Amino acid sequence: MRKLRKKLYMTAGFNTISLGTGRKEFHPKKPRPGLEHYIKEAGQGTLAQMNGAQHVDECVIGNFMAARFNKQANLPAFFPMIDEGLKWKPAVAVEGACASGGLALATGIKTVLAETADVVLAVGVEVQNTVKAIYGADILAGAGWFQERKTGHAYFFPGKFSDRAGVYFEKYGRDKARKAFARWYRNAVENARLCPTAQEYHNKVEDLEAMAMMEPNPKAFVDNLNVFDCSKVSDAASAIAIVSEQGLEKIGVAKKDAVEVVGLGQAEYDITIPPADLTRLETTELAVKRAFESAGISKDDLSTVECHDCFTVAGILGTEAIGFAKPGEGADFVSAGNTARGGKIPFNTTGGLIGWGHPTGGTGVHQAVTIWEQLTGKAGDAQIEINNNKPFGLSINMGGDDKTVVAIVYKKC
Amino acid sequence: MDYVDRLENVTVLGAGGKMGSGILLLTAMEMANLSLMPENKHRKFVLNAIDVSDSALLSLMDFLQAQVVKAAEKKTVQLRQMYKDRKDLIENGDIIKQYVFDVIKLVRCSTRLEQSYDSSLIFEAILENPDLKVKILSQIKEKSSKTPWFFTNTSSIPIHELDENVKLDGRIVGFHFYNPPAVQKLVELISGSNTQEDLVQFALQYAKNLRKIIVHSNDVAGFIGNGHFMRDGLYGISEVERLSEQVGFAEAVYMINKVSQDYLIRPMGIFQLIDYVGIDVCQFIMSVMNSRLQSENIHSPLLDKLNEKDVKGGQFGDGSQKDGILKYEKGKPVGVYSVDKGEYIPISEFQEKCDAKLGALPKAALPWKAVIGNPDKKTILENHFAELNEMDNLGAKLAVEYGKRSKEIALKLVADKVARTEEDVNTVLLTGFYHAYGPINEYFI
Ligand SMILES: NC(=O)c1ccc[n+]([C@@H]2O[C@H](COP(=O)([O-])OP(=O)(O)OC[C@H]3O[C@@H](n4cnc5c(N)ncnc54)[C@H](O)[C@@H]3O)[C@@H](O)[C@H]2O)c1
Repeated sequence: MRKLRKKLYMTAGFNTISLGTGRKEFHPKKPRPGLEHYIKEAGQGTLAQMNGAQHVDECVIGNFMAARFNKQANLPAFFPMIDEGLKWKPAVAVEGACASGGLALATGIKTVLAETADVVLAVGVEVQNTVKAIYGADILAGAGWFQERKTGHAYFFPGKFSDRAGVYFEKYGRDKARKAFARWYRNAVENARLCPTAQEYHNKVEDLEAMAMMEPNPKAFVDNLNVFDCSKVSDAASAIAIVSEQGLEKIGVAKKDAVEVVGLGQAEYDITIPPADLTRLETTELAVKRAFESAGISKDDLSTVECHDCFTVAGILGTEAIGFAKPGEGADFVSAGNTARGGKIPFNTTGGLIGWGHPTGGTGVHQAVTIWEQLTGKAGDAQIEINNNKPFGLSINMGGDDKTVVAIVYKKC
Repeated sequence: MDYVDRLENVTVLGAGGKMGSGILLLTAMEMANLSLMPENKHRKFVLNAIDVSDSALLSLMDFLQAQVVKAAEKKTVQLRQMYKDRKDLIENGDIIKQYVFDVIKLVRCSTRLEQSYDSSLIFEAILENPDLKVKILSQIKEKSSKTPWFFTNTSSIPIHELDENVKLDGRIVGFHFYNPPAVQKLVELISGSNTQEDLVQFALQYAKNLRKIIVHSNDVAGFIGNGHFMRDGLYGISEVERLSEQVGFAEAVYMINKVSQDYLIRPMGIFQLIDYVGIDVCQFIMSVMNSRLQSENIHSPLLDKLNEKDVKGGQFGDGSQKDGILKYEKGKPVGVYSVDKGEYIPISEFQEKCDAKLGALPKAALPWKAVIGNPDKKTILENHFAELNEMDNLGAKLAVEYGKRSKEIALKLVADKVARTEEDVNTVLLTGFYHAYGPINEYFI
């Protein structure tokens, strides 16, 4: 992809808590806040850091399946509910399964680049605990091709990634892969413990890796993954402002409190065709390559990465897709601690999808908020050290089984 | 008649009751599973749910609906396989709904016994009243168009008595579920002296398909489970009588209940268990056992008195505990019934004093909940009981005697050939009563 035609920034990020099993506040049988609550809390959280709604030119919301989880569509019309000041302002909703949040960011970025707006409010949201997991699996299966649903697993997506894990096991060795999965889980939870909004924030288990080594149970779940290999069912929203240079001035935010968006890469793969090689995330590879090209950087310039670890195996494959490890060596790369917070290249520093939570349509925005926090020194206990020689961060947001991918490169200001 | 033939037309008697509803649920799912096999397409499965109470049958259908949904949600992975040829059923939600319908459509509720006359298999779970059971079974036997087999859920009545009184020629077997049948893994299988081998084979197959653990019990009133429980309860009561001369009745009940729970690491104290089962039920089972077992006196004047005062325990419709010997708040004992005063005395009034009398628990003591699923259970229990045996406070001494008596009861069940092996008695207590260890052990010598 081409270099972005003008300077633009993200700032004023905000995350609600990620509510679901694991959080102390979560009781499956008690009433919980709905979609409106999350949109409002996240939107207001961001507006509060940018002098209110007055300077917002446009709004964009990323969401995957509110139409089924919450029987709700027409989400753009929720923006005026966030703040009176957003009444009459243009808004749009975008959908691309679990990449909906990333698509919201891409849309906001393009709106600013197109110069139809200087300030865009981007929100990502999903409220999924409205149904039990077994029915949620039906809804989430919409990220795949519906013609495959009948032959698919009861837990459709865990089934898909279990198949990927199975082929990876065969090709590169089961033991080392399962160990890497367990390490990935441990990193995720250890990072989440440092982030008060994370779903695994309250997790107190001592030996996380030992627990995550539990053998998969194909009778009740899938062949090659256990529950610790899966991201969680989450209710959450995130919001962030996407602004031009003038926009930044208008909202009165200093550059040090913003990150510059320097690269964008997007790619699609035919949803009706299965991946050619189950041990590769080809679409992700391409989107990342484009993002790097557009930013004019390489993986070696990165200080941190937010990758789409909807399953541990996707995290491992992600390290390979970015190029940190050769095919089959992502497992070793992760097991050696390279992706942990003290490692060579810290991944998912607030827990990622497995540790922080995976509010599907909101995840892309959450990733951007985390990178913004890290590059502006606002990550609190979860803060990692950012090397000034490597001022870049990367986020990868994936929809479906590597079908819709959005990769974004950010730079510390 | 093979296994599937036998299950084509089945009746559950007392289907609206605690046990009957669970038996109906499990049988309905087993029959639905058979009906969904391609080779059984041509068969017509019918499950009659018979009860004298219309309201019980209406609640039964609510229960059934809720429970089958739950079960289907748990086994959706298998259900997708079972319905793989149904092109119209795509999502989990579609499949679960269909399965629930396929189970429920087999069930015919009725308050008329005639409904059972075409059944080849009858599960009997009506009241524990020998005369009533004999009368109902006789009527079915008389009028049936088939030669049905009878599975009785009786807790205490010897099977051979039912067999002889109904003149069934061995077409009856005791298939004793534990409460609640859908959850409890244990089933005691009791053959009468005359029970036909085919019934036993069928029962084993059926239990296997339901994933139940079978323990064979001999046909002696009370069988293994109640054989142990009733005597264990009587021992607890006798200890209370002995102790109350020194400390008072309510205090003694509290202390023995605590000893049998905390010191022995059991899921509940003995008096809470008696309340849980129901004082009237216990009294009744004891009376059946007592009239059949000549050499022993299985009878408790205390339980008689409580029953007379209408203090009965048992559960409310929602499963919560009714007050019995103990009074409960949020499922925890907070008072003890005083027979003399006719009221509950708050435990808080004497708890401290009694705890001091009992003395400390072993240092290694853990609550049952922390032990039952613990991978180090064996070591925890060994340490706990080694310490308990060395201690000389009152609590420890009462506990050791209690453990010894429980072991003695269990060994006698084997000696009297009620149980085939020591292991069988342990299995019953481990799986039917959720004890953390069997009564026949090395802890009490
Ligand atoms: N509750 C237990 O823990 C337990 C455990 C094991 C075995 N059992 C045995 O199971 C049997 C049933 O016990 P329960 O606890 O379910 O009792 P219950 O009172 O809950 O149920 C008995 C049901 O039988 C119905 N009934 C009464 N007379 C009938 C008749 N003539 N025809 C048809 N239905 C009739 C009643 O309406 C009631 O719904 C008893 O033999 C009992 O000993 C009970």
